[in-house]
Amino acid sequence: MSELTTTTRAGAGVSEAAGEPVPSVAGTAAVPIIRNAPAGAGLGPVGWARANLFNSWWSSAVTLLLAYFLVKWTLGFLGWGVLNAVWSVPETAAGAMDPERCRAAQGAGACWAMIGDKYRFTLFGRYPYDEQWRPAVVVALFLGLYAISAMRRFWRKELVLIWAATLTVIGLLMWGGVLGMTYVPQDNWGGLPLTLILSTFGLALGFPLAILVALGRRSTNMPAVRLICVVYVELIRGVPLITVLFMASVMFPLFMPEGFNPDKLLRAQIAFILFAAAYLAEVVRGGLQALPKGQYEAADAMGMSYWKKTGLIVLPQALRLVIPPLVNTFIGFFKDTSLVIIIGLFDLLGAGKNAVNDPIWQAYSTEMYLFLGAIYFAFCFVMARYSRGLEQEFSRTVRR
Amino acid sequence: MSQAATMDRPQTGASNEPAILLDRVNKWYGAMHVLRDISLSVGHREKVVVCGPSGSGKSTMIRCINRLESHQEGRIVVDGTELTDDLRALDTIRREVGMVFQSFNLFPHLTILENCTLAPIWVRKMPKAEAEELAMSYLKRVKIPEQAKKYPGQLSGGQQQRVAIARALCMKPKIMLFDEPTSALDPEMIKEVLDTMIGLAESGMTMVCVTHEMGFARQVADRVVFMDRGEIVEQGEPNTLFENPQTERLQLFLSQILRGH
Repeated sequence: MSELTTTTRAGAGVSEAAGEPVPSVAGTAAVPIIRNAPAGAGLGPVGWARANLFNSWWSSAVTLLLAYFLVKWTLGFLGWGVLNAVWSVPETAAGAMDPERCRAAQGAGACWAMIGDKYRFTLFGRYPYDEQWRPAVVVALFLGLYAISAMRRFWRKELVLIWAATLTVIGLLMWGGVLGMTYVPQDNWGGLPLTLILSTFGLALGFPLAILVALGRRSTNMPAVRLICVVYVELIRGVPLITVLFMASVMFPLFMPEGFNPDKLLRAQIAFILFAAAYLAEVVRGGLQALPKGQYEAADAMGMSYWKKTGLIVLPQALRLVIPPLVNTFIGFFKDTSLVIIIGLFDLLGAGKNAVNDPIWQAYSTEMYLFLGAIYFAFCFVMARYSRGLEQEFSRTVRR
Repeated sequence: MSQAATMDRPQTGASNEPAILLDRVNKWYGAMHVLRDISLSVGHREKVVVCGPSGSGKSTMIRCINRLESHQEGRIVVDGTELTDDLRALDTIRREVGMVFQSFNLFPHLTILENCTLAPIWVRKMPKAEAEELAMSYLKRVKIPEQAKKYPGQLSGGQQQRVAIARALCMKPKIMLFDEPTSALDPEMIKEVLDTMIGLAESGMTMVCVTHEMGFARQVADRVVFMDRGEIVEQGEPNTLFENPQTERLQLFLSQILRGH
């Protein structure tokens, strides 16, 4: 049997060309290839289930138990979230929402009506209601920017220009004050655009800074630079992000001259950039250290300058090596932006929390947090999937 | 005796100045004295093979020539330029000196062709098309033009080392340094690399080669230098040196090498 499959796998064409008699069954799909395949493969769904889920009494018991909980919870969630859910509520005479139907369904069904009422406040915070198309466009622009940056065929110098242009447009849209758009101060920004602004600028500026810090920390002939980099990384890593945010928001203005008072968002943004850079620098440094010494020597021996060697040989390899921990840090950092709530900025989570404070909807925070969780999850999941694809693509070409 | 013989050898190069000159070079790793008063002069178009037991300092010496290692005392002059901490002079020298490593050190994230064109484009500022043409001509010379689009990881060790030679040649160096180029190879691949090196030697390249391949030394070397414990113990024309070793250390080394083969 196994001999037979081997011949088939080696390619029926070869044996035919060699003039060997081809076994009649070989080359047809009917030959099950058992070796190296998962147990039960090619046996159909029933055979597969028998081989993988019910191959012993113990395995069968676990399967049944898990199936019981899976079905129970799925049905429970469907009942709560879909069948018994309240999708909309009528308005009262005063024009406010009347949560009576939600109250009636409480415990048995979700009150999605509150999301319907509050989603715009959650997504865009206190941005003026009639101008909320602007942050909506901003979110779309961010998503478009991410999508373009993710595609390898756009990985060229022009991408930097695209970024600069898009970020400028985003700034114009958010602030307004030109082209007939009313001016909206940063204090009124909030929700998803704020989260995306904080994390995009934080990573886009923090990452290059991280590379410089990582390189500086490995510098052998510039001890002063190395010392500064070490102190910077250890100092930032040594304190919680909340502390850095507090310092940026409360203490920093105390040290500044009278009249110079950059706004809260900018201060928080700088704190994020510095914080992200410190962590990313350590990840990048890991990649630099993993690179064999011979790569540096080969570049040196060809007379490459430090920056050419770094840009053409060292970083392309070092960064590929650290894609998993990099993305890990990116994802963690994206979620950490929600900490700005403690200095009074209303990012996505902050705005959602605020929405739940509305007396009518106070009882329905679960629905709101599920909604927020789904948004965060969507972003993080896409990041994780993308990084896996990138890793696989690189490992196909580069084999060590 | 052999020392005097080599000094009298008429140099075939254009200038009278040697291609490489080491003058009483000393180097320490901490308290360990790894190069002791090394004096060596390599003429233009001369092929020198350096041999010696492991830990004798031969790799360190060859790596000092393009300053992958720095020496602490003495002078090293390459192609008329003295090696100092002056980075510009160093880059000039490195452009003229090609190096082939024991572990190939190809860049795994670039194709074979990109490996070969990288330095000509970025260091020599050669136009891309010209660099690719040059690279293909050298890849033909090392007999693997068909692998140009592959990545180093897809090639055998012998093929990788031949690419490494082609890559170094693409910089059109005046001098080639080989640091045990066949030591990391499986026996059946050694010949293809040595053949490439022999071809290169026949073309008149100035070569310094650290190797234990005595057959290669006999065939191409103008001079063999034997090092032990950080110093040059004996040097001379290969056949003379191998058949008539003057020192006990070389006799011991040769007997060990021959026993090994």
